[in-house]
Amino acid sequence: MRKGQHKIGAYFILVCVGILMVYPLVWLFFATFKSNQELFGSLSLWPKDFLTDGLVKGWKASGQFTYTRFYLNTFFMVIPTVLFTVASTGIVSYGFARFRFPGKKLLFLLMLSTLMLPDSVIIIPRYVLFNKFGWVDTYLPFWIPGLLACYPFFIFMQVQFLRGIPKELDESAWVDGCNPFMTYVKILFPLMKPAIFSVTIFQFLWRWNDYFNNLIYISSVKNYTISLALKMSIDGTGAVTQWNQVLSMSFLSMLPPTLLYFFAQKYFVEGITAGGVKG
Amino acid sequence: MTELKQKSTGAKLRRYPRNWKWGILFISPWILGFFGLQLYPLLQSFYYSFTDFSILSDGKWIGIQNYRELFAKDRYFWKSFILTIKYAVMTVPMKLIFALFIAMILNMKLKCINIFRTIYYLPSIMGGSVAVSILWKFMFMKDGIVNQLFRVFGIPAVNWLGMPDTALFTISLLVVWQFGSSMVLFLAGLKNVPQELYEAASVDGAGKIRQFFTITLPMISPIILFNFMMQTINALQEFTAVSVITNGGPNHGTYLLGLKIYEDAFSTLKMGYASATSWVLFLVVLLVTSMLFKSSDAWVFYNDGGAD
Repeated sequence: MRKGQHKIGAYFILVCVGILMVYPLVWLFFATFKSNQELFGSLSLWPKDFLTDGLVKGWKASGQFTYTRFYLNTFFMVIPTVLFTVASTGIVSYGFARFRFPGKKLLFLLMLSTLMLPDSVIIIPRYVLFNKFGWVDTYLPFWIPGLLACYPFFIFMQVQFLRGIPKELDESAWVDGCNPFMTYVKILFPLMKPAIFSVTIFQFLWRWNDYFNNLIYISSVKNYTISLALKMSIDGTGAVTQWNQVLSMSFLSMLPPTLLYFFAQKYFVEGITAGGVKG
Repeated sequence: MTELKQKSTGAKLRRYPRNWKWGILFISPWILGFFGLQLYPLLQSFYYSFTDFSILSDGKWIGIQNYRELFAKDRYFWKSFILTIKYAVMTVPMKLIFALFIAMILNMKLKCINIFRTIYYLPSIMGGSVAVSILWKFMFMKDGIVNQLFRVFGIPAVNWLGMPDTALFTISLLVVWQFGSSMVLFLAGLKNVPQELYEAASVDGAGKIRQFFTITLPMISPIILFNFMMQTINALQEFTAVSVITNGGPNHGTYLLGLKIYEDAFSTLKMGYASATSWVLFLVVLLVTSMLFKSSDAWVFYNDGGAD
């Protein structure tokens, strides 16, 4: 009996907190269809009429470039970065997990310690460097760190995952004359699928949501990503901020991450726990 | 002498399997990235911090002038420094306690756990995006929905973003709202606590609260340490929310170090000076993480006896 009451109490808390958690997001969804006056004048969650005004005008943005452009830019920045990250961190984690070579312990430790390296400490020299290469206002400052495996979290996560795969599998492939690289491609890469999915998803989200690096490396509006476009829309000089347009575009920009989340949920949990808990 | 040295490295290499060169080859992208894009910038920014470098001029060596100005003259440095610490101290425990609390409820063998977990994780996937900061800004504006709700209940409106203290608190709420990944980690840890321990404890007459402090907390202490460290490092670097929601205001009340470094470096182009600030931030991160590691001997309990 007492146990039953406990459970009712637990459900009660879960539901209340749950509502509190998603309310802002649900509210944002409905706000997308409200007029500017309604946003400030009415508390009702449900819009009086479903207007598409905010979406249509918001999408047009300042006029010179629309959100079509900003979405394409964002995909053009994010997708190669994600692919490069998957390729590079996977092979690097294979190197760390399966081979013994001089200096490995030290290098692994250095790799782990970069987990604590704040972005703001390296951003100035990186900017100067990329500026010298002529990479500022292109997406190379995003692609190259992906290609060069500058994401220690993902390397660590995949090393942990590889430790859980029996060594005999790849060793027997070597014996059969498969070289180490082909062993990785043919045998381990398919087995690492869950870890690779996690890397893909997290890197996609982090790059999609990133603002700091965008702000520093992208300068002209034609190359703006969604983050920068959104920031520009609330900075609108002179004119009053058109909140219905701003909120509509904010909502839309959350859709790709949300869809990804719902379709690939199980890899979220696996990814977080693989990287965080000792394997 | 050199011969001896060669011999010993030769012997050392023989200890490695024949394919060790492949290992180096495979990690070579990371080696390039580490030296070129992490270590080099780190050292370079240390060097810049002793110069008056800006992107417009090469900068000359000025010794500890930047640091002296930072510590003694800059009106905003200490304010920003203390705010950053305050922000981390406020946000991290709040977030972790909340995440642990929810994880413990989710661990109670209830039905529909997956649905709740999905819902609770949802805000976290928005991360530090501009979109979520905009939502927060609108919600907590003077005539935003939070105050509209307050009015319905007859609570006087609060000027959330208009006062320094409440503004910092409002931003910290945004981060607490995104407690999903800490929660998932706690939940995984709680599932690994052997059930027998609780059974034995209740046979011995230990109440629920005692069980929590003597079994649950020690058993998940490695996860507490991990979460604590990661969240603290993140909090000390907060940038997007304070940039988008308050832009450091009001009255520099949310002017965290991350924002100060950005503005000094990229708005006023005092890059040498900003590098000095960024090194101070880096040292704080190092100090905090090493203190956490040191203290962990005393409070983190490894079930496997600490062996690897």
